Amino acid sequence: MEANFTGYAYLIASVCFILALRGLSSPETARRGNLLGITGMVIAVVTTLMDPGVLSYSMIILGILIGGSIGTVVALKIKMTALPQLVAAFHSLVGMAAVFVATAAFFNPSAYGIGAPGDIATGSMIELSLGAVIGAITFSGSLIAFAKLQGVMSGSPITFKGQHMLNALIAAAIVIGVIIMVSSQTASAYWLVVLLAFAIGFTLIIPIGGADMPVVVSMLNSYSGWAACGIGFTLSNPALIVTGALVGSSGAILSYIMCKGMNRSIVNVLLGGFGGDAATGPAADMGDKTVRSGAGADAAFIMKNASKVIIVPGYGMAVSQAQHALREMADVLKAEGVDVKYAIHPVAGRMPGHMNVLLAEANIPYDEVFELEEINHEFSTADVAFVIGANDVTNPVAKTDPTSPIAGMPILDVEKAGTVLFVKRSLSAGYAGVDNPLFYADSTMMLFGDAKTMTEEIVQGLA
Amino acid sequence: MDPATIQQQAIDLVGEAAELLAKTEELATAASQAAAQASSAMAGGDPFLGLFTIFVLACFIGYYVVWSVTPALHSPLMGVTNAISSVIIVGGLLAVGPAGDLDFSKVMGFMAVTLASVNIFGGFIVTHRMLSMFKKKK
Repeated sequence: MEANFTGYAYLIASVCFILALRGLSSPETARRGNLLGITGMVIAVVTTLMDPGVLSYSMIILGILIGGSIGTVVALKIKMTALPQLVAAFHSLVGMAAVFVATAAFFNPSAYGIGAPGDIATGSMIELSLGAVIGAITFSGSLIAFAKLQGVMSGSPITFKGQHMLNALIAAAIVIGVIIMVSSQTASAYWLVVLLAFAIGFTLIIPIGGADMPVVVSMLNSYSGWAACGIGFTLSNPALIVTGALVGSSGAILSYIMCKGMNRSIVNVLLGGFGGDAATGPAADMGDKTVRSGAGADAAFIMKNASKVIIVPGYGMAVSQAQHALREMADVLKAEGVDVKYAIHPVAGRMPGHMNVLLAEANIPYDEVFELEEINHEFSTADVAFVIGANDVTNPVAKTDPTSPIAGMPILDVEKAGTVLFVKRSLSAGYAGVDNPLFYADSTMMLFGDAKTMTEEIVQGLA
Repeated sequence: MDPATIQQQAIDLVGEAAELLAKTEELATAASQAAAQASSAMAGGDPFLGLFTIFVLACFIGYYVVWSVTPALHSPLMGVTNAISSVIIVGGLLAVGPAGDLDFSKVMGFMAVTLASVNIFGGFIVTHRMLSMFKKKK
């Protein structure tokens, strides 16, 4: 009876988690989904606390209090622009927690009913080592992703000779280590495997550039799920397995979407080194072309007389915190009777869906914000495309030059709009290191300056 | 027909009925044995098979559910998956839970509970913050 009750409770928790993700299919049901997620978590935790093996609660309450208050404070204080590094940091914690649980299971298997120390069932040993290895990779990899996103370390790829060879060697060593550990069950083998897994997490992520972090963060999201799965098998806990599988597939799908948004394979992203030569991009042959540049007042005049404006925000907008000024500008334009829409590229921002959150934070209604496939055909009917802090995602070279690094990447067709306004600091190439011929097009006007300052100038010009 | 023949036929019939009954019982036993064998095969004998079945099916559910998430909400999706993956806290609870003095595995369990708690609270709260920003046109 007791065991049955536990089983049913974990089943209900799993269903809650599935419905939590399902709720995200639309903003209206999403909040209810989040509440269901919380419900599922409470059910899972309370059920475990009622386990006959759980007898002393003081340490548990202490841990939840410490962790809970840190999590609460951080989550309430974090700026939405810093969301990607927060998520990366959170992933590292899940990874580390998986390592701790695996370690506890290795040194005290009787608490989990999987055998005695040094005499753990082989199946449980394999599951446990998977949890520990994936958890450790998630931890150190996420740490690097966090450091790159936070700017603690340079976002540019760190590459050296024999890098892939080194990774392959460490990976092979991990596999051999796991085999030795499973058969010998010695503590030294266990620690060696965990250390190697930490090491490969670092070496795998350092060659990947800052702007590829959306893929990395999604991938580590996936890893944290698989780590939970491994631990779930060790504990024979179906709720943990289901949740791990959900999270694992979610992260995998997000990585796939991000890669497709750049028309690059996951292998290409993971091998790294991309975007390293942005500074030395080919700008020389463009020297004789003329650029039309304007001031805020010119842009204000053009947009005021337009009937349809599509705004294309990029990471540059987020960096200069221009989203509130942008909303103001859109409000004035809408009051003038201009149709204003927002077009979001799949890889805009530093994590999947980041740009949508930043626009929502500036009180921009989500039904004015469209994804690439939804809005791309509308550029031909738009009078103005207002590109703010974006570059590569508008570069038509992706469609015309098959040898370009961004060839085949889905592009927002801003060049089809009557006038293209680019808010940008300079003519420099974007992350991919490719010059954008659109800057020199007749229909383009460059608005040089900081995104926020320039948008504020335009708002003044509109008044 | 004379009464003797009728009696004889009745006796024969009873005999046949008894035989049928015995056959039915035999069949029923065989059937229940087969059912028992089938159900033990379903349970997998090896409990790993049952868990693995759950795992594979959950991957499929995850695949379809996540594709139905609107791209605009991919950041909250990461927030919420991050929070629910911290259900790994149950592993920590089991490690720190047993009665007795503080030992190494209890310390590990305590650390796991603490880290997972950061994630559970942080993940759900930050997701809630994100979602409460998404508003429709007034």
